This record gives sequence, C-alpha cells and structure tokens, in this order.
Amino acid sequence: MPDNQEAREAVGDYKAGWKDTENSTIRFDFGLSEEVVREISKLKEEPEWMTELRVKAYNHFVNRPMPKWGNTSALGEIDFDSICYYLRSSETTEKDWDDVPEEIRNTFDRLGIPEAEQKWLSGVTAQYESEAVYHSIREDLEKQGVIFLDMDSGLKEYPDLVKKWFCSVVPLTDNKFSALNTAVWSGGSFIYVPKGVHVEMPVQAYFRINAKNMGQFERTLIIADEGSSIHYVEGCTAPSYSTDSLHSAVVELIALPGAHIRYSTVQNWSSNVYNLVTKRGIAHENAKIEWVDGNIGSKLTMKYPAVILKGEGAHAEVISVAYSGDGQHQDAGAKIHHLASNTTSKILSKSISKNGGRGTYRGQVTVSPKAENCKLNVVCDALILDEESRSDTYPTMEVANPTARCEHEASVSKVSDDQLFYLMSRGHSEEEALAMIVNGFFEPFTRELPMEYAVELNQLMALEMEGSIG
Amino acid sequence: MTAASGRAGALMEIVDLHVGIDGTSILKGIDLTILPGEVHAIMGRNGSGKTTAANVIMGHPDYEVEKGDVLLNGDSLLDEDPWERARQGVFLSFQYPQAVPGLQVGNFLRKSVASIRGEEAAKGADFRKELNEAMDQLKIPRSFLSRYVNDGFSGGEKKRFEILQMMLLKPKLAILDETDSGLDIDGIKTVASGVNAAVRGTDSGALIITHYSRILEHVKPDFIHVLIGGKIVASGGPELATQLEENGYDWVENVAAEEVA
Ligand SMILES: Nc1ncnc2c1ncn2[C@@H]1O[C@H](COP(=O)(O)OP(=O)(O)O)[C@@H](O)[C@H]1O
Ligand SMILES: [Mg+2]
Repeated sequence: MPDNQEAREAVGDYKAGWKDTENSTIRFDFGLSEEVVREISKLKEEPEWMTELRVKAYNHFVNRPMPKWGNTSALGEIDFDSICYYLRSSETTEKDWDDVPEEIRNTFDRLGIPEAEQKWLSGVTAQYESEAVYHSIREDLEKQGVIFLDMDSGLKEYPDLVKKWFCSVVPLTDNKFSALNTAVWSGGSFIYVPKGVHVEMPVQAYFRINAKNMGQFERTLIIADEGSSIHYVEGCTAPSYSTDSLHSAVVELIALPGAHIRYSTVQNWSSNVYNLVTKRGIAHENAKIEWVDGNIGSKLTMKYPAVILKGEGAHAEVISVAYSGDGQHQDAGAKIHHLASNTTSKILSKSISKNGGRGTYRGQVTVSPKAENCKLNVVCDALILDEESRSDTYPTMEVANPTARCEHEASVSKVSDDQLFYLMSRGHSEEEALAMIVNGFFEPFTRELPMEYAVELNQLMALEMEGSIG
Repeated sequence: MTAASGRAGALMEIVDLHVGIDGTSILKGIDLTILPGEVHAIMGRNGSGKTTAANVIMGHPDYEVEKGDVLLNGDSLLDEDPWERARQGVFLSFQYPQAVPGLQVGNFLRKSVASIRGEEAAKGADFRKELNEAMDQLKIPRSFLSRYVNDGFSGGEKKRFEILQMMLLKPKLAILDETDSGLDIDGIKTVASGVNAAVRGTDSGALIITHYSRILEHVKPDFIHVLIGGKIVASGGPELATQLEENGYDWVENVAAEEVA
C-alpha cells in the first residue's frame, strides 16, 4: 500500500479528474462564525454572490430554531461547536487505518471488499486504482456534452449555470440544516445534461474518486435539460465510518420539460452519525423524477426526498428503505407536491427495525386547488424484528382538489415463527432464513438498484441478521 | 398396537412420542417405524395431531417433546435444528406453506438445493435441466420461477410447489402433510407418481398425512396408521383405507375401544 503522499500525488497528477493540488493543510478550529464562512468562500476563490449567499444562509441557520418535530431529543444532542466545518482534502487522507474500528474493518472483509478499496471507502486513502474507469466514463459523457464535475469545480467553470439554479429548488431559508449546508457546503456533484441527451449508463458518484472530504456538507445540483435523461447513483453499502458526526447534504434536481432524472442512494452510516439531508427536485411538464433511497444505520437520519410537480403531466416516484438497528433512528419518508394538473406520484416506503431500532415514516403529499386529475399512491410497510424495536407512521395528505384519486396503504408486520420454520425446513439456518425474509421485504427497492448495489445490499442485510438470533 | 417398532435397519423410528404445546398435551405416545423404501400413511380427523407429528419430526421450535424420541437412521433428531434435519434428509411438505414476499422462487430453490445437496448440485446446466424436468412433470410454467415464494399462490400452486421442492431436494424421508387437499385428481396423480419415484426401489421413505383415501389409491402405502386424539389407534395395510372410507373414523374408534376392552 503506497503511503498517503503517493496517494495524493496520484490523485493530484490526474488532470481531468478532481484534483487536489494544494498541499497546505488548513483546518479551521471547531465551531462556526460569519468569519469562518467568509474564509471558506475566500479559500475556494468563489465569486462574491456565493460568498454573500453563504453568509445569508449562515445567518438564517443561526436564527432558525431546531425543528420541533422528529427525534427532538437526539437533535438536541448535536453540539454545533464541536464540529469542524472545513477540512482540506489532504487532512482526511491522513487518518490512520488503525483508527477505523475493528467492527467496521471486519464488515468490509465480510463484504469481500479488497483492502485498498476498504481504505478508500473509510476515507483513509484515495482510491486511485479506479481513476482509469472513471476517466473513460467521463470522456463518454463529455462527448455527449454532459457536464459532470464536483460542485466546487462546477462553480469555477460554469458560474452562470450554477448561479441560475443553485438554491432554486431548496431556498436558503428552507430549513435549519439546509441553511447550514448552504453556508459551509463543500464537494458534491454538479451535472448538466443537454437537451435530448440520454445518458445510458448510471452515473456513479462512486467513481468520483478523490480524497476530498467525505461529503460532510455535500452539495449536489443536477439539471436535466428538455427531453434528456440521467440516472445518478451515489453511496455505497460499505459502512461509512466517519469521525464527523454531522452530515448535512443538500441535493437539488431540476427536470426540465420531458426530462427524466433518477437519483439512487444507498448509504450505510456508523451509529454516531447524524444524517440530516435535504433532497428535492422540481419536475416540469411531462418530466419525471425518481428518488431511490436506501438508508442504513446512523444515529439519526432525517430525510424526506421531495418532488415538486410543477408542470402538467409530471410524475414523481420515491422508493425508499430504511434499516435501523441498536440505538438508531431512521426518520424518513417523502414529500410530493402536485401543483399542476394530470400529475402522478407514487411513494413506496419500507422500514425494518431491529434490536431496539426505530423506524419512522413521515410523508406529506399535497394537491393544490388548481391541479386537476392528479393520481397519488402511497404504500408504507414496516417490518419489526423484535419486541424492543418500534415503528411509527405519520402520513399526511392534503388534497385541495376533488378530482384527485388517492390511494394509501400501510402495514406493520412481524416475522412469524412459522415463516422462519418454513425456510429453516429447507436447510437454511435461522439467520439465513431471517435474511431471506428481510431481503424479500426490501426486494421492491433492491430491484430498482444497479445489480452490484443490489447484491451488496443483500449481503449487508445478511450480515446485519447475524448474531441477531437469541 | 404399534407398527413393527424397533425393526432393524429402520429409516425412521418414532418411539413413545409425547408432545405438548403451551402446556396442553397433543400427542400421547406414538410409535411408528419406517423402513427404507416404505411408504406409510397417517389418517385422522382434523385436530387429531397429524400436523403436530409432522412439525415435531421436522423440529418446529414451538412444540415441546415431553417424552420419547424420533430417530433417523438410528440417531436421535430431537437435538438437531430444523435446518440440520433438512440437511440430513428430512423433508416436510407443509399443510399451509408460508409466503415470503420478495423471495423469488428460482432463487430460493437454488439456495435450498445448495444448502441441502451442496453447492455443486445447484450449479450450471445440470441443475437447470433437473429443474426444468421437474417443473414439466408437475405442469408448472417457467414463469413460476420469478414469482415470490407462496405469495398469492392458489391452493393447488402451493401444493405443487411443495412437491417441486421435494423432487429437487431429494429427501431420505419425505413427510407430506395433506398435500393432496387442494389438488384436483390430476394433481394428486402427479404427487403420487412423484412420491413413488422418490421412494420405491430406493432407500428413502415417505410418510403421507391425509384424511382422504384418494391419494392412497395411487401411492399404495405399505402401512396405514389411524391417529385419533394423539394416539395411533389402528395400523394395517392398504385395506384399512378402504374400510375407513366405507365406515368412517367412528368405526375405527369402536374397534379400537373393543380391542382395549
Ligand atoms: N400452536 C398451537 N397452539 C395450541 N394448540 C395447538 C397448536 N397447534 C395445534 N394445536 C392443537 O393441537 C391439536 C392437534 O392439531 P394438529 O396437529 O394441527 O391436528 P391435525 O393436523 O390432525 O388437524 C388441535 O387440538 C390443535 O388445536
Ligand atoms: Mg393438519
């Protein structure tokens, strides 16, 4: 394994990719102030409008009270002063593999992930081996006129495009955590797909290999121009071990008329992490936005991928799964706003809780008075694996137009002894049987993922079921 | 009277088996021995304890064995987990097979074969061929493979799927718990030929649980046992099924009572 210096060089030498030429290590003291925000912007050599936007967002963040809903006690434990808001990329590469908890390293092994990749995934080193793969994908995209950059480079190279759309979907006053993200964002992806271009392969953030900080305050902006389509995949089923306890990303999607964006995420956080993410898209006429969102682990996740159906005939889909184990709370769901006629939406939410874990479905679907003939379908299913675990459902539907057709189904189930016995009688151990039931439960989600992610997720859930049999 | 218990070279022996659940005793002393190549049948009214016996042989964790033993090839099964019993060759075709939404039939069959017969048996073209032949024999369409295990299956589909599993898992001891109910006469014949093929002339055995004699006309069991109130009250050859069909269970009860008296 080459040392970090070599790793940095490998990444730095790579011209077309994200590079990290600065070798200076700048790390702010813990805590946040307007000065820190201005300093971040200055270091990144940003245009003034971005600096001012950050400062405004910072002020909003400071003045905005904590949400009064969700897991307020867990939220109350966040210590904003103990968080470092900006790390130079080189900093994260200097973590020591030995510092990664044994348990997580074992999980990597069990998932069959090679050591080099393990180190990259856990943020210990850069995974330059994949650069070549990434490079060819990027060349293909460039030929089609697709822009695929990290957000910082996007701002540098396409300032007008960024200025036009940044904060257009998630305004800086949206919520406390999106305001924080707007103030201190770093990293994330910037994608523009030109009119009529169909990106055939899923575009994977996975290949955006860089030692840059692991997306504590990632900012992603995807614009699909008229009649274009793209599938963006982010995340990884390997555990994202992080010493940073707060992750607050913002993702904005814009699907212009007739465009199709699918955004797939699988995340597996270690149980010290707060994952408070704002994901929202605007779908114009006959456009389609799909969120495929898998959340595993974390101390508290609050995440409600949203779609605003702004143009006639637009369609939204949110398919999500959440798995919460010991000491974990997944507060997840979806929000869909039908602002135009003949818009349709579908929400499928599946949650599993185990070992005292807690799953909450929180959904909001609205139909505005002038939106005629909308169709809404909401299904939320919870699977509870033991007596200590819990599941709650808070679905809301505000339908202000009587022509809307709404369907809503909710179920809570448990694994029965008879179901386990049936599978065990076919030669499967109790843990294997449980994994079969759990993976079956997640299947409507898993089948939407690219194959390698689906396989990994199944393996991960099988691992999670181990040692769960008392 | 018990059926030739303790015979040498037995495939399976049930010895003085007493079983209870939640403090209620259900099986009250059962003895039964199956030799390699034999087919036995247990008949009895609803609630007589047939499914309980099947579940206990397979190792359902909810039942408590109060007394007695169940042996496979001379070794007690009682301390073995259900999957270990399955790997040793015990198979149960369930009266009420459980649905597992999201678990695809094809995938499940491959995994089950791998786990019971070994990885090699579940691989490649040979397995495909075996699977296709079994499905053809049971008149199960290929599209079945991408459905979810027992999810939304009709009664007949569930029973056919149980037999498909039996054929692929190649058990030493197959227990069929009312596999015939819910099947039409065609289905029953198919099941019967499956059982005959699996047992006759081999060292495997079968235990067919039913309350109709119809399936028995096609399998021709070597022994029939009548279970009433958790006890085997009569055992005999195939003629017992005909007598039961004609005279009903009351008749056996009376005969049994007279024998005791
Ligand atoms: N899980 C259970 N809990 C309580 N009683 C049970 C349970 N399973 C079976 N029984 C009782 O045991 C008796 C035998 O049931 P069962 O073995 O299913 O009979 P059969 O298969 O012959 O119809 C019945 O009286 C039934 O109510
Ligand atoms: Mg029964």
